[in-house]
Amino acid sequence: MKMPDPDKTILAKRNEIIGAMNKIVKKDNVIVEKKKLAVYESDGLTAYKQLPLIVVLPETVEQISSVLSYCHQNNVKIVPRGAGTSLSGGALPLADGITLGLGKFNQVLEVDYDNRCARVQPGVTNLAISKAVEGNGFYYAPDPSSQIACTIGGNVAENSGGVHCLKYGLTTNNILGLEIVLTDGEILRLGGKHMDSEGYDLLGLMTGSEGLLGVITEVTVRILPKPTTATALMVSFNSSEAGGKCVANIISAGIIPGGMEMMDGPAIAAAEAFVQVGYPVDVGALLLVELDGPPEEVDYLIEKVSSIAEALDAISVRVSENEMERESFWAGRKAAFPAIGRMTPDYYCMDGTIPRNKLPYVLESMDDMSKKYDLRVANVFHAGDGNLHPLIMYDANIPGELERAENFGADILRLCVEVGGVLTGEHGVGVEKRDLMGEMFSEIDLNQQQRVKCAFDPEQILNPGKVFPTLHRCAELGRMHINRGKLPFPDLPRF
Amino acid sequence: MTKVLKPENPNQVSEIIEWSLGDELPLDIAGTNTKRNLGRPILGKYGDADNRVIGHTLELSQLNGILLYEPEELVLTAEAGTPISDIEAAIAVNRQQLAFEPMNLERLYGTEGGTLGGVISCNLSGPRRFKSGAARDHILGIKGVSGRGELFKSGGRVVKNVTGYDLSKLMTGSYGTLAALTEITIKVLPSPEDTRTLILIGLDDELAQQAMTAAINSSHEVSGAVHLPLTLAIQSSVANISSSQTAITGLRLEGFGPSVDARIEALRINLKKYGDLEELDREDSVVFWSEVRDVRPFQKENRVLWRMSVTPSLSPLIVKNIRSEYEGEAFYDWGGGLIWYSMNQSSEDCGAQKVRSTIQNNGGGHATLIRADDISRSQVEVFQPQPKALAALSSRVKKSFDPKRIMNPDRMYLGV
Repeated sequence: MKMPDPDKTILAKRNEIIGAMNKIVKKDNVIVEKKKLAVYESDGLTAYKQLPLIVVLPETVEQISSVLSYCHQNNVKIVPRGAGTSLSGGALPLADGITLGLGKFNQVLEVDYDNRCARVQPGVTNLAISKAVEGNGFYYAPDPSSQIACTIGGNVAENSGGVHCLKYGLTTNNILGLEIVLTDGEILRLGGKHMDSEGYDLLGLMTGSEGLLGVITEVTVRILPKPTTATALMVSFNSSEAGGKCVANIISAGIIPGGMEMMDGPAIAAAEAFVQVGYPVDVGALLLVELDGPPEEVDYLIEKVSSIAEALDAISVRVSENEMERESFWAGRKAAFPAIGRMTPDYYCMDGTIPRNKLPYVLESMDDMSKKYDLRVANVFHAGDGNLHPLIMYDANIPGELERAENFGADILRLCVEVGGVLTGEHGVGVEKRDLMGEMFSEIDLNQQQRVKCAFDPEQILNPGKVFPTLHRCAELGRMHINRGKLPFPDLPRF
Repeated sequence: MTKVLKPENPNQVSEIIEWSLGDELPLDIAGTNTKRNLGRPILGKYGDADNRVIGHTLELSQLNGILLYEPEELVLTAEAGTPISDIEAAIAVNRQQLAFEPMNLERLYGTEGGTLGGVISCNLSGPRRFKSGAARDHILGIKGVSGRGELFKSGGRVVKNVTGYDLSKLMTGSYGTLAALTEITIKVLPSPEDTRTLILIGLDDELAQQAMTAAINSSHEVSGAVHLPLTLAIQSSVANISSSQTAITGLRLEGFGPSVDARIEALRINLKKYGDLEELDREDSVVFWSEVRDVRPFQKENRVLWRMSVTPSLSPLIVKNIRSEYEGEAFYDWGGGLIWYSMNQSSEDCGAQKVRSTIQNNGGGHATLIRADDISRSQVEVFQPQPKALAALSSRVKKSFDPKRIMNPDRMYLGV
């Protein structure tokens, strides 16, 4: 992966930039020492590392506005960063760019139960929002696996999902308002406590824009009353194909479970070896189905789901008897990544989404690829929505294995697109999938997206080198070739 | 002379837009023309912001057909000009629905037969909005032709997708000012097995608001919360509503039979303190909520009509405040988050100044002038005016799709 060449004039001006930042934020909040900068050298995608020019940690919106204005005027690049848990390199620093850390924006500003929302600063962690409102029986629904660490600002930037998004939606469906700062320093508010923002849906556009359009400085999230009960079913099958069929039949029966996750043989074995929660290890697929709501509904659906599973010759169907058991069912799934991590020096986590009925074909092809690249792969899926997380196992110390793993991953993602799916379901494009964008989008599609980027950030100083495989200058993108001419033969019935 | 052009495929849409670019003639873009009276008028003597005359009308009604429907994948793709009723009928066969409950806004203009493209372009949602989201929450992907004449796509056919910017959402609610949509992919969901409604009798606006908040904030998964004053309640075709001869507050519960049974009993206990309760059965509930969805009480009249999206808990205060200057009737949907306000007597600005300043001073939100004559709609901002920096950004976004401003110019904002 090649990042844009650092701008030598900016590198030469480093001291001048540090001086300017010291005037905007407290001196302690400008990090310049190599040792301290190393903390920021990568995010959750640890294969890529780069020291930033400097790190700036603003404390007020006005400071962010001033930092951006300065960068705008002096053509200095900016990489916004929350907790740095991105799995796609969204917060990977630039040698000639300021990493703008939002960790000091860590306050829950207001909880408004009457209007079922909370106003929070971007550096508040996902889990902290639920913690802040749980006393009153509420929670914030999107729950990415990294929820203990990842911040809401990052969640908005990446449009994060989680186990519950099948029923409760992604980040984009669970926020009502944003405050953002544009690169020219303008502070804008989108939405608020009301539903649907006025004018263009810039709230929807900002969500999942991977830090390329503006810096998020405040988020108004929806909070929901907690369901009264939740029960999990653990169902095992001979094959992932049978598991997939079970998922389809559950949905066809009109049931949208709170969560529905599947693991293949290798993933089950790894998880069980790691946490020992009683997963059957000699099966082809394990399906976890969580049903939530009033007890009457949950009981009714347990019956329905059990009989669907039994009709498909499930090897076993277990229903959690209590909260502890429900959590133990999930413990293995939640520990799947570290469990794989114990079996291999390194692993590479993919994130494609496919139409669910293509699962058998995709798994079979992945098997062939595994042989071709001579690398093992384990699979965990968000089964309800077709989001796959193949974990490719490799050893970075063996020359060539990382490249092989990356090529294997790229082949998997091409396959996802080929069957009607997409490159990334929830981890984002970042630097990781940047060069694969052409597999899914034409040049026209990508240029249109970049034109939108230009409407927000004409100098392209926000997070450049991410998402788009080729950087075009905005002026060049704005050009249009017009075929001069009158509407020929408008009277012809062809229209 | 203005022609109505009805392309039969996306390439023809692209051709028409390219020709219009050559002539720099703005296009008036429509599906089946049922919501012509929504937004600033762009046709006729008022011209557009640059004093250009409208070139031609681009009508997408021939792009009509469901291209893909996979019930077990919860996905449907249709051409933009497909009637929404065709889509709802096709998925009802598999006991599925559009969970955002698209309203038939055109009925407020005395027309029928809106299209999927129209629903998406206006981001139309129904009473389930506060629970299940708006149209924009259910769109998965689009194809369309930009004001550059280029056929482009965004999104896909899967629910979980963060590949590239979410231009599908940007198209939703853009009133055809960015692109002419040709193909739309949306999420479909199972229809509820049962639907019932608890009715609170005779509450005033403030108490009704408190009851709606209490109901939605309970764990009983209320999927509709509406308050109708007496004058509107008596117009209902549901005898159990109109015969009560009082204001009514309706709370809808949907889902599996045993679940609805349990929740309705639990909610009844929660709400007892607010007043007398009655219950609508499934049949009455379906009719009642379709009346709410389509704003039936305000269909057969021509008063100036405002639609306000506000901080839910503040809606009675907002209505009281507006009423102090402009007499009228209000009904509250979305648990108070949506106010429909029909004005008895209007003023030159249709009350815009009063409506918008009241919202501004009470938690924020926005107001749309849904119904007023052509002259009023060309003089009063139909959509909420934006602060300067936001308006400038909207204008740049418009330009990024439509640099010559030929796609429905001025329909949303003058100059956009």
